[in-house]
Amino acid sequence: MANKVVYAVYEDPDVLKDAARKLVTAGVKVRDVFSPFPVHGLDPIIGIKRTRLGIVSFMFGLMGTSLALLGMWYFMVHDWPMDIGGKPSFSLYQNLPAFIPVTFEFTVLCAAHGMAITYLVRNKTLPGMPARNPDPRSTDDKFVLELRSEDNADIDGVIGVLRETPVFEINERQY
Amino acid sequence: MHSESAIRTPLILGHKTYHDITHDIVAPIENKAPRGWYVLVTIAALIAAYGVGCILYLISKGVGVWGLNKTVDWAWDITNFVWWVGIGHAGTLISAVLLLFRQRWRMAINRSAEAMTIFAVIMAATFPGIHMGRIWMAYWVLPLPNQFGSLWVNFNSPLLWDVFAISTYFSVSLVFWYIGLIPDFATIRDRLTKPVQKRIYGILSFGWTGNAKAWTRFEEVSLVLAGLATPLVFSVHSVVSFDFATSVIPGWHTTIFPPYFVSGAVFSGFAMVQTLALVMRKVMHLESYITVKHIEYMNIVIIVTGSIVGVAYITELFISWYSGVEYESYAFINRATGPYWWAYWSMMTCNVISPQVFWIKKLRTNLTFTFFMSLVVNTGMWFERFVIIVTSLHRDYLPSSWTMFHPTWVDVGTFIGTLGIFFTLYLLFARFFPVVALNELKSILKVSGESYKQEAQHHHH
Repeated sequence: MANKVVYAVYEDPDVLKDAARKLVTAGVKVRDVFSPFPVHGLDPIIGIKRTRLGIVSFMFGLMGTSLALLGMWYFMVHDWPMDIGGKPSFSLYQNLPAFIPVTFEFTVLCAAHGMAITYLVRNKTLPGMPARNPDPRSTDDKFVLELRSEDNADIDGVIGVLRETPVFEINERQY
Repeated sequence: MHSESAIRTPLILGHKTYHDITHDIVAPIENKAPRGWYVLVTIAALIAAYGVGCILYLISKGVGVWGLNKTVDWAWDITNFVWWVGIGHAGTLISAVLLLFRQRWRMAINRSAEAMTIFAVIMAATFPGIHMGRIWMAYWVLPLPNQFGSLWVNFNSPLLWDVFAISTYFSVSLVFWYIGLIPDFATIRDRLTKPVQKRIYGILSFGWTGNAKAWTRFEEVSLVLAGLATPLVFSVHSVVSFDFATSVIPGWHTTIFPPYFVSGAVFSGFAMVQTLALVMRKVMHLESYITVKHIEYMNIVIIVTGSIVGVAYITELFISWYSGVEYESYAFINRATGPYWWAYWSMMTCNVISPQVFWIKKLRTNLTFTFFMSLVVNTGMWFERFVIIVTSLHRDYLPSSWTMFHPTWVDVGTFIGTLGIFFTLYLLFARFFPVVALNELKSILKVSGESYKQEAQHHHH
């Protein structure tokens, strides 16, 4: 038997959320949801874990702080110390007040860009990538629930449950 | 879902559906541009071309073609630099600070305000670049090894902090803006039918699909970037003010500068957002999304920041007398009564007195008056930077060096030219980019949309 994928199209985010809750309670596994904007409260229902991108950003930020301090210590204190305007560069500790602005800026630079690049790569959104949303209306005004026969053995029974929810339309495809 | 008080003014007027929002924002991109757009873009591009000509002339001849002299060695160039950076601040304030404060009204204007930020920062960065004189040596501001011809750059100098602040600010703003644009480009991609256009927006949308995990990540990235951009935006104008505050010039050597510069920046930036938003909502028929309430909220920000600026001016004046430093007192007496009195009093009138009229509700909800005031505020803020820079420099410690600054046609042409480049970029943005954040507006439709609010109210009775 060929694998079957079912797309249940809804018109309202709250209706979709209720339908998803109903399906999950009935033991159905929801593969994914495609929506034109974030549907708050949906993630715990369909079992999506919290993203760790915040931690990624923090790590990149720490890297930026360290690199900035290391660099400025090397340039200003170690490699070629200069006495500019009666302000000699003796040690990192003594020069630290003057190094704070650049340390801050470089921390933000690394945290923001490190996170943004990780985000794009993890989402597989990069220039020239093909769009993989099953229904072009899902970026406009429709909310699409994706169910697969490989996750749900009794896919036809699932369609029965779907019909009991205020669904706008149901599309089935073989793949 | 968050609920909102029924008596709070709706942010989306009329009986809009999700599809209507898509249609209203994307239609100007799909359809032919109105004739007015071509007229405006032609005028802006001609002025921009003149500006580019002035810049090329300056680079080929040297900084001497500007009116700068030995005493007044910073004038219009740095005035323009600070003015443009300041304008940029409103975009970040709207998109980052108001995001952290969960202000929903930001959603109608954040996209265009961020575009304004990016274009304004490009204009700002032009000025220190061309003021270097030998712009082909611009890479010397980077910490490059000594073999490249100079020593390591001086990390004790606020001018170098500025290099880091401005470049971080520009690149982070650009990324923040683009990450928000990706889902909207996907909406346009999925809607268009012409193959070439579809392909272009397909590339711009990076293959966005809008699945649940992607949206979770999107919200996390938006929140963290807002959290990073908030201290960043405050740091940028603080660092710009350090360029002055860490020097020993009377009128510059003031600890009040960082907060005073930041609030002045937000003040002028909001005025520029008003100038652009008022025209855009009319021309692109966005009255349902950028409502009078939005304009009023921004005018309230203008009163608050304008009042902070006013308090700062008066504090500065008081401290110049109270400090007992005669150079400092003279600098301020000279500002108000010296040969540049007209610049000082223009600044005082435009920035301190005029925004106070917005206490009157009738005036702050009047669109024509707001448009006029937005121009007044930006004129005033340009004069503020001119006053700080030129009046402090033109009276040197050595009276034999005292002089005046007279701008040449190149000074004027470069400034007018940057206005042309800025408006050209903005007009191109308004034509080809979604000017309102579609995905964000849709997410508040059921909370702040007029028809939904009426329905909810009806339900309660």
